[in-house]
Order: sequence, then C-alpha cells, then structure tokens
Amino acid sequence: MTEMVYGAVRVQTGEPILPRWWRTVDKWTLSCIVALFGVGLLLGFAASPPLAGRNGLNAFYYVQRQAFFGGMAIMAALVVSMMSPQLIRRYAVLGFAGALVSLMLLPFLGTDFGKGAVRWYSLGFASFQPSEFLKPMYIVTAAWLMAAGQELNGPPGKLISFLLTCFIVILLAFQPDFGQAALVLFAWGTMYFVAGAPMLLLTGIAGLVTLGGIFSYHNSEHFARRINGFLSPDVDPRTQLGYATNAIREGGFFGVGVGEGEVKWSLPDAHTDFIIAVAAEEYGLILVWAIIALYALVVVRSLVRLVKERDPFIRLAGTGLACSFGVQAMINMGVAVRLLPAKGMTLPFVSYGGSSLIAMGIAVGMLLAFTRKRPQGQIGELLRGRGRL
Amino acid sequence: MIRTPLRPLARILEARSKGENPDSIERENLRLRHEQMRDKARVRAEGRLLVMGVMFFCGFMMVGTRMALLASTEPEEPQATVRAAQIISQRADIVDRKGRILATNMETNHLYAHPHEMVDPVQAAKELVKIFPDLKEERLLKDFTSKRKFLWIRKQLSPEQVQAVHDIGEPGLNFGPRETRIYPNGHIASHILGGASFGREGVASAEVVGVAGVEKVFDEFLRDPANGSQPLQLSLDLTVQAATEQVLAGGMMLMNAKGAAGVVMDIKTGELISLVSLPDFDPNNRPVPLTKGSASDSPLFNRSVQGLYELGSTFKLFAASQALELGLVTPDTMLDTRGPLHWGRFRIRDFHNYGAQLSVTQTIVKSSNIGTARLAILIGPERQQEYLRSLGLLDVPPVEILESSGAKPLVPKKWSELSSLTISYGHGLSVSPVHLAGAYASVLNGGTRVRPTLLKQSGPQHGERIVSERTSAQVRSMLRKVVTDGTASFGDVPGYQVAGKTGTADKPKPTGGYYKDKVITTFASVFPASDPKYVVIVTLDEPEDRMGPEPRRTAGWTAVPVAAELIGRIAPLLGMRPEVEPAALGEVTLAAH
Repeated sequence: MTEMVYGAVRVQTGEPILPRWWRTVDKWTLSCIVALFGVGLLLGFAASPPLAGRNGLNAFYYVQRQAFFGGMAIMAALVVSMMSPQLIRRYAVLGFAGALVSLMLLPFLGTDFGKGAVRWYSLGFASFQPSEFLKPMYIVTAAWLMAAGQELNGPPGKLISFLLTCFIVILLAFQPDFGQAALVLFAWGTMYFVAGAPMLLLTGIAGLVTLGGIFSYHNSEHFARRINGFLSPDVDPRTQLGYATNAIREGGFFGVGVGEGEVKWSLPDAHTDFIIAVAAEEYGLILVWAIIALYALVVVRSLVRLVKERDPFIRLAGTGLACSFGVQAMINMGVAVRLLPAKGMTLPFVSYGGSSLIAMGIAVGMLLAFTRKRPQGQIGELLRGRGRL
Repeated sequence: MIRTPLRPLARILEARSKGENPDSIERENLRLRHEQMRDKARVRAEGRLLVMGVMFFCGFMMVGTRMALLASTEPEEPQATVRAAQIISQRADIVDRKGRILATNMETNHLYAHPHEMVDPVQAAKELVKIFPDLKEERLLKDFTSKRKFLWIRKQLSPEQVQAVHDIGEPGLNFGPRETRIYPNGHIASHILGGASFGREGVASAEVVGVAGVEKVFDEFLRDPANGSQPLQLSLDLTVQAATEQVLAGGMMLMNAKGAAGVVMDIKTGELISLVSLPDFDPNNRPVPLTKGSASDSPLFNRSVQGLYELGSTFKLFAASQALELGLVTPDTMLDTRGPLHWGRFRIRDFHNYGAQLSVTQTIVKSSNIGTARLAILIGPERQQEYLRSLGLLDVPPVEILESSGAKPLVPKKWSELSSLTISYGHGLSVSPVHLAGAYASVLNGGTRVRPTLLKQSGPQHGERIVSERTSAQVRSMLRKVVTDGTASFGDVPGYQVAGKTGTADKPKPTGGYYKDKVITTFASVFPASDPKYVVIVTLDEPEDRMGPEPRRTAGWTAVPVAAELIGRIAPLLGMRPEVEPAALGEVTLAAH
C-alpha cells in the first residue's frame, strides 16, 4: 500500500517486452531467416555486378541496396514479431484494405517497366509492388475470417474468404501475374485445408485448378509459351532455363569458385528469379543444399509449432504464411531444376528486390509472432482428458 | 442440414418449472458444444498440419535431390550443343556408283543482328556496306537504332564473308549456321538430283529438304541421323553421265532439235548408268517453274522420264518378239505388206512401198508398218495389252525420282483392234524413254523383266520371264540387221555390234491430229548384240537435219548418228573392249606392208 502515493514509480505488470520476446520467439526460425538474408547478400555480390555494369552503376550498387532493404526487412520482421497476434490482425486487416485499393488502382497509376505487365508503382527511388504486400495481409485477413467462421453463430467466414480470394486472383490474373495469383490461391487452399475442408471439396478444387490451368493455357499466350517451354523435352540452351540448368551442372558439388561463375553474365534475371543457379554454379551443391535446408527448417518447424497452437486464427494465419513462404521458395528452385514450368518467382530473402524484401520481412515477422510460445492450457486439457500433446 | 437445438429443451423446461433462470443452462450448453467443436477442429487441424509439414519436407527433398542429380551430370556448353545437333542433322551426301560426290553440304551462315547488343551501330552499318555493297547504309542504320531486338541482314554468307563480318568486331552481329546443299558438278545429272531448299527455319539451324528428284524421294533417308551420314549411292556413272550430256548437247545442236533425252542402262541389273534430259539446269540455283506455256518447255522438265511420247517404230520390236514367242511366226514367215492396209475407215501406209511380201525379219529391218500391223492382227488386242503391261509400258516407271510418279503412260481409252494395230508400230501409246529402256532390256537381255532403277545394285535382277532365250536371240539378230543393212546404218560402231531399232513419230498437235513437220525421233539400241550389256536410248525432240538439199527428219538421219557417237564415247568409259573383226585385221595387215 505504501506505493500508492502520488508520483510513485510505475510498476510494470508482467514480463518486459524484450525478454519475453526472446524467451518465446522461435530462435531457430529467426536464425534461419537471418542466415538466408546473409546468403542473399553473399550471392548478391556474385550475381548483381553484371547487371550494375549493364546499367552503368557502381559494381556493388545492388548489393548496397539489398543490404539497406534487407536491414529494413529484418527490422520490420523483428518489430512485427514483437506484436501480439491481435495487434497484428488489426494492422493486417487495415493494411489489406489499403493494399487491395492500391492493387485495384494499378491499371490507372501503375507502370509496367517495359515488362508487359502492370504490377508496380514507381516511387522514384524504388518501385513498389502492391501484390507483394497484399499477400501477408491477405493471409491474416482470410485466416481471421475463417477462424470467425468456426465460431458458433459466426459469419460464413469460409465463403467470404473464398469470394475475396477469387476477387484478388482475378485482379492479379488481369495484370497478368499468374505467379502471385497462384500463390494467393495456394495460401487460401492450405488455410482451408487446415480449417477442415471436406475431402470431397478438396478434390473438386484440385479439378478446378487444373481446368483453370488449361483455360489459361488456351487463352493466354504468355502462359502457353512458358508451359510449352517446359513440356518440350530438350531445353534450348540459349533460354534462361537452359543457362540455369547448365550452371547447376557446371557447379557440381563444390562449385567453380567464388566469382568464377559465368551464368550471371548471360542471365538477365540472375539476381532475382535464377539466383539459385548462381549459387549452384559458384558455391556448388553444398550451398544449394544449405539454402534448401534453411527453407525446409523454417517451414517445417513453423508448421510443427503450429500443431500445438490452440487458437484457430493463429493456427490458420501461421499456416498460410509458412506455406506461402515455403512454396514460393520451392517453386523458384523447382523452376531452376526444371521440376516446374518457368514462372517468375523470387526466392524469399535471397533474391534481390526492395519491396519484395520488405514485404517478406513483414510476412516472416508475422510468422514469428504467430509461432511464439503461448500458454495453451495444456495441463487443463490433459486433466480433462482432451487434446493430443 | 439438421440444426441441433441450442437449448436443451428438457432441462430448460425443468428449470422453468422449478422457477430457475434457464439462461445459464443455455450458456453452459453453448460453451460445452463450442469446446467440443473446437477440440474436433483442432485434432483435425493437428493431423493436417503434420501432413503438410511432411509434404513440404518431401517437396524440399525432391528439389534437393534433383539439384544433386543435375549437379552430378556433365554440363553441356550451349554453343557446343547447337553445333553437335547441326552435325547430326546434316543431310547425307549423294554419290555415283564409284563413290564420286554428286551432292554434298557446305556450311554457310546467315547473318543477323541483335541491335540492343550493338556497341557502335553507325560503324557497323558502314562496315557492312563495304562487305555487301548491295545493302543500304541508311536502311541498316535505321534498323540498328530501332527498338527491334532481332533482324536478319543477309542469308548464306561464304566463309570469307563471315570472316570479314567477324573482323568488324561488333558483338551485336551474329551468325546462324546454315547447312547448304551444293551440287559440285553443276548441271550434270541435274534432273536426277532435283534440288533442295530450306524447310523449317530457326535462328540456329534450318532443315534442308529435297524438292525434286532423288533428293525428294529419299528425303527421309538423307535426313535420317540413324544412317550415320552414310551416303546415298546411285547407279549413275558421273563420267558416262557427263559424256552423254555432252554428246546429246552436240547432237541437239547439229540436228536443230529443241530437246533431247538419253538413257544408258545396264541390261541385266536395270541400273541407269546415265539419264539425261536436255535442256537442263543448275540444281545449285534451281530455276522457278514456268507460270505460263507448257511445262514441258521448262528446263526443269525431265524428258527422259516425264516426257511421254509416241515413240514410233521402236515399238515394232514388241510385236515381233511377241509373235515369235507365241509361235505365230518364225523370223522367216512371210507377211503380206501390200498397202495401204484398210481397217475400217483407217488406212495404214508404209514410208516406202516394200513390195507384196516381207519376212518378219525384213519387216523389222525395213520398218514396215503394214507388216507389223499384220503381226498385231495375229496377236490380238488382249494379248498385246497384257504383253506390254508385263514389260512395264502401261504403268509409271519405277525410277526413284519424284517426277516418275507423274509419268503414267497415255493409253487409248478403249483398246480396240485398231488401237492394237497402231500401237504395234508405236502410235496411240505414249511412254517415256525410260519406259522404252526397261522394255527393251527385258526383251533383249535373254527375256527376263528388268525394272530401271537409280540405285546401285549388287547383281542382275532376276525378273519374271517375258520371252524365251531363243526369241530374245532371234529379235537381237533382227535388230542387229537393222543396223547392218536397215534404217539404222549410221548406228554401226565398229567393234561394239550395235543392235537397235529406229523410230520416227509425228508429234501430235495439242488441238488433235499430227504435225507434218515436227517429229520425235528415237533410236533404241543394245550393244554388243551377241551378249548385250547396255541399253542406249536416244530421243530427239523436233530434230531436222538441214545438211542435205531438203530437211531430213527420220531417226536414221538424226537420232541414230547421235546414238552412234554416244556409244563410241561411252563404251570405253564403261570398260568395254571393242571386238576386232577379221576384215579390220586384214586392213591392218595391208597397212603394215
């Protein structure tokens, strides 16, 4: 009672933010993300000087930018990971509304940078791709809707989130950006799967996706060309894919040596979509396996931690984020090894790209926040004889 | 969907009756149900999350494995791959019977530009115009500075030109290798080889496809990499082919003919040693087909295969050999040759009046239409048709060039008795010289069917029997007599025992009827008569020997001397030794004194 006087020192109730964060955050995932960022910088030193040379810039211009944006991304990840899930949800839903509006305004205000698809806003010093930011915000929003749908007397969250997804997918497909559209659809699919999709419906959706693919194949030349390139048995060694495949072969197990690679000179997308080829050529299979292990660790660890999660919203949002992160990496590398048709998709945290890095930072921050240790009422559950762990 | 009631009605009613507040019961129920539902969802989600974790793990494993597989294979140099494919896709050579090259490939390059890779477009345009004066500098500069990413500059550069363009040192100028078909012998054997051109074209390579001749017929064989660029060996002999072309060209000029065809064929194997049609062309630079006029006036027209002509009296051999084979006559049977021979309203005349009667041999030697028609009456149309068919005179020739498929003999619509009479002396049935060569070989080689071929054979064709050895020998001696004391007296080449039959046929008018002053003359011959080795057919289109007081057009004055010159030239090339005759020996002895 002696403290209850005017001007007394405020006593903090509960644990301070940083120690609690450090105690509860998944340190493995965090280290993996930092390691991936480091690998990205390392490969940037190898892959980007030719591009800088072509654009008449200082040889390490892109590395500097990568370091700057990457630093910001890590900061963003840390800050976001310290937020509470409710706070994240609140900001994410607001951010989602903003990103959706900017996505819809793209056809009027955006630029295509001569690449044939209007995906960017030009901010002068950097470009900004709304769909990159939209994705994590969308995942959180959709997870919120779905979780709400699981409550008794709740809104039909699954249906609303599905309609929302369709709307975004159509917007993206009109840019055209089939890669992002597919990612959004995939993220929704994983969340729906975890939220308890009936098996029959899952099969139906798989069929619909196939049909959609066939439809795009017949109606979009852009899409058909890429698929044809993949289906043709022999890869023309002068395409990006041909160079990438060759680079991987050239590298072998231990690589041709730092700075000795050739592929970065011939590939226009060596620093983004095909950075794994540069890694394979210069550092060999060892580094590629390390990168794959890092991604696998992030995804699998996050998913396993989410298994213990009791809160449906956190579980769904975490699932969506982890899966979209993992699948983006998998698609990027799958393309380079010709497991998948050519699709421009960046390697999260490793590829060069300002807005994509920061968006990824936010997404990973959310993932870290959602996979933090939380009291899950395990003992109570066990006492009542329910629950699995 | 059946809705489960939120209110456990029984308990609420009970509570109401006790006067308690039912709301707490309802809330409790709701909470329990909610917990139940969440538990169920969580258990399901746990399982599904684990499934996804495993799937992701497997996916990453797959990428890693695939990476390892790729990394453990040898790299292919992009440049090298294209080159290697180029060599495999190379079209096989075509060689003659002795392995001499008739068609081969040369590597040329197409020049193209990547304007966005250019360092100095102004200089590049200036230098290019120096190398290729036909290019326009302004035009090039405009292209090089435009937004275009790719443009062809010039096709088929020689190695020297390629080097000159390399020396400009412009990285934006690139070469697409092109295998170009070349025919090192120029116009020799042009009709047989046909020609080739580019099929599907990419930047790095292009298909070379045959457009005519053997190039077209054997296109798949020549392009098939499985053959390991093994050449296609033809039956032609380059030297004989060249000599034939030369002699025929000379003969065509002397006889003022507008075209000539020549066939030299091995009488046992059916191998075409030379097959000539004049005028010819250079397959390296194939002329475009005529757009107007008759296709037969184009140098592309192969008279020896495509040219279907009524070959006149050369057909008399078939009537005579068939009549002998059927036992209807002997060489000495006398035939009534009083003319004209009336058949309905039609009258058959001879070139000269040969008197009342001629033996079968004399009929051939003097070339009597009436005598031959008498043989045809004895044979009858059905047997004649069957016989001519067995000689291959009614079907397309089996020669392996594209053009032979169109050389279907022109037969009368109705094979009447009258048709059979006129066909017996070579009118009313149009065949090509190569048809005639095949039929002559079949009758005169001892009597077995020979099919002309352009591919080198390993041995004689043992075709079905057409006539007996005896008949064959009998008609051979008749044909020998044609040369020694008949219509083909200019055809005797000392030491080679030429035996043959002349044929002079009026050319049919396109409007119907026959020209009076336009003929096709043919000399169909074999040599040596005692044991024939080769068939030689020489056909001249509209010849006219103007050396005498009035123009002479018969085969004896036109085709025969040319054929004799030809045999004299090619027999030594074919390795035949002249038989020295006793009379000649006497002269030698005399001269020695």
